[in-house]
Amino acid sequence: MERKIRVLVAKPGLDGHDRGAKIVARALRDAGMEVIYTGLHQTAEMIVETAVQEDVDVIGLSLLSGAHMTLFRDVTKLLKEKGMSEVLVVGGGIIPEEDVPALKKAGVAGCFGPGTPCEEIVEFIKKNVKR
Amino acid sequence: MSDLASKVLKGDPRSVARLISFAENNSSELADEMRVIHKHSGKAYVVGVTGVMGSGKSTLIFELARAYRKQGKKVGIIAIDPTSPFSGGALLGDRVRMTDLTMDDGVFIRSMGTRGMLGGLASAVYDAVEILDASGKDVVIIETVGVGQAEVDVVKIADTTLVVLVPGLGDSIQTIKAGIMEIADVFVVNKADRSGVEQVTAELESLIDISCIGKNRKIPIIKTTAKENKGINDLVDEIEKHKNYLKKTKVFESQRRKRYEAELVEIIRKRLMNFIFDESTFKEKVESMIDQISKKELDPYTAADEILGGILK
Repeated sequence: MERKIRVLVAKPGLDGHDRGAKIVARALRDAGMEVIYTGLHQTAEMIVETAVQEDVDVIGLSLLSGAHMTLFRDVTKLLKEKGMSEVLVVGGGIIPEEDVPALKKAGVAGCFGPGTPCEEIVEFIKKNVKR
Repeated sequence: MSDLASKVLKGDPRSVARLISFAENNSSELADEMRVIHKHSGKAYVVGVTGVMGSGKSTLIFELARAYRKQGKKVGIIAIDPTSPFSGGALLGDRVRMTDLTMDDGVFIRSMGTRGMLGGLASAVYDAVEILDASGKDVVIIETVGVGQAEVDVVKIADTTLVVLVPGLGDSIQTIKAGIMEIADVFVVNKADRSGVEQVTAELESLIDISCIGKNRKIPIIKTTAKENKGINDLVDEIEKHKNYLKKTKVFESQRRKRYEAELVEIIRKRLMNFIFDESTFKEKVESMIDQISKKELDPYTAADEILGGILK
C-alpha cells in the first residue's frame, strides 16, 4: 500500500488569519495527503507535541503577524532537540524576502508567500519529504 | 523483545505514534510488534463516540477526557475523519476542539483518516486501541466520523458506545429506523441549551421503552452542553454504571471476544485484499479480468471463483 504523506498545518502565534492555512490544507488534501489541522494560537511546544503524536512527515507553519523569525525558529529548534530533524518544515504567510535565508539556515526548508500557486507547495513537499 | 514495542510499553509517545503509523500503513514490521503489544493490552476501557456531523463529538470528548484526567486516569483519543474517495487525502480537524489537551502528557491524541473503510472507523483503529492500551492509557476514546444511519462498526470495538444526538434533527420516524439508533449503550443529547431538546428526549424515551422490553438494562439518556461543560459528570457516571453492568453480567468478556473476532476478520480482509490487488503478479490478471467483465466476455462470479480458487487451493 502506498504510504500517505502526513502534514501538520499549524498557526503559531497570535494572529487570527487562517484563511491561507485552510486553503493550503485543502490543496494538500486534494493532492492525496493527510492533513492534520489544529487551529489558531499554537505555541511551538504544542506544534511539536502534536507532530510527535501524529507522526507527521511535514509541518506547515502559517504566520502573518511578523513573529516568524522567533516562532518558526522555535519550532525547528525544538524538533532538533527531540531528534526529529527529519520532519520537513515549510512556512507561509507574510515572510519578507530578506528573512528567508536565515529561516532556511534554521531549518525551514521552504517559504511560500502570498500568490504562490498551491501546486508549487505540493510539488515542493513531494520532492523534499524525507520519509 | 523488539525495541519499538518495549518503548511503547514504557509509554514513550514517539514510539506509540510510530507504531500506529505502521498499523495505518500496513507496514511489514507491524505483525512482530503487535505480537508483543497484544500480550500487554486489554486493561484500558474503550469508549466509542458516534453521532451525526456537527453534533459536538469532538467537544464532548475533550470534556470527557478532562473529567477522566481529574480522576487521575490517562487517556488515549483516536479521532477519525473521512478520507476523500477521490484524492485519497484527508483533512483531519478534530484536534481543533481538543487543543488544550495537547500539552498534557497524560493524554495522547491521534487523528486518522478512514482510508477506504465504510463503517465509520479506520482499519488501523483496532491496532491503535491495543497500542494505546499497552502504553498505559486507562481509557481509550474513539471518535467515529460524522455518521449517517448505518455506520455502526464502532460497536464492535467499544466497551461502551455513546450515540450523540442534537435537537432538531428530524421527526420521530428517524428514531425508529434501524442502524445507529440500535447501538447506543448511552444516548447523549448534546447542545441541550437549544430549543427542541424536550422533543428529542421524549422521542428517545419512547424508543427506549419499546426496545428495552424484556431486557434488564434501560438505556439512559444524558443531556449535555459540552461547550459549557454541563452534564459531563453525569455522563462519566453513566459510563461507569454501564461498565459495572457489563462486568457483573459477564457481557464484558463476550463483547471483548467479539472485538477480537472483528479484529481477526479485519486483518484477514486486509491481507487478502492486498494480496489480490497490490501484489504485482496477481494484479495484472485481475485487471485483465475486469476488462473482460466490462466487455461481457466474463461474468464477475466466474472471475471471483477463479481468483479465490488460486488462493484457497
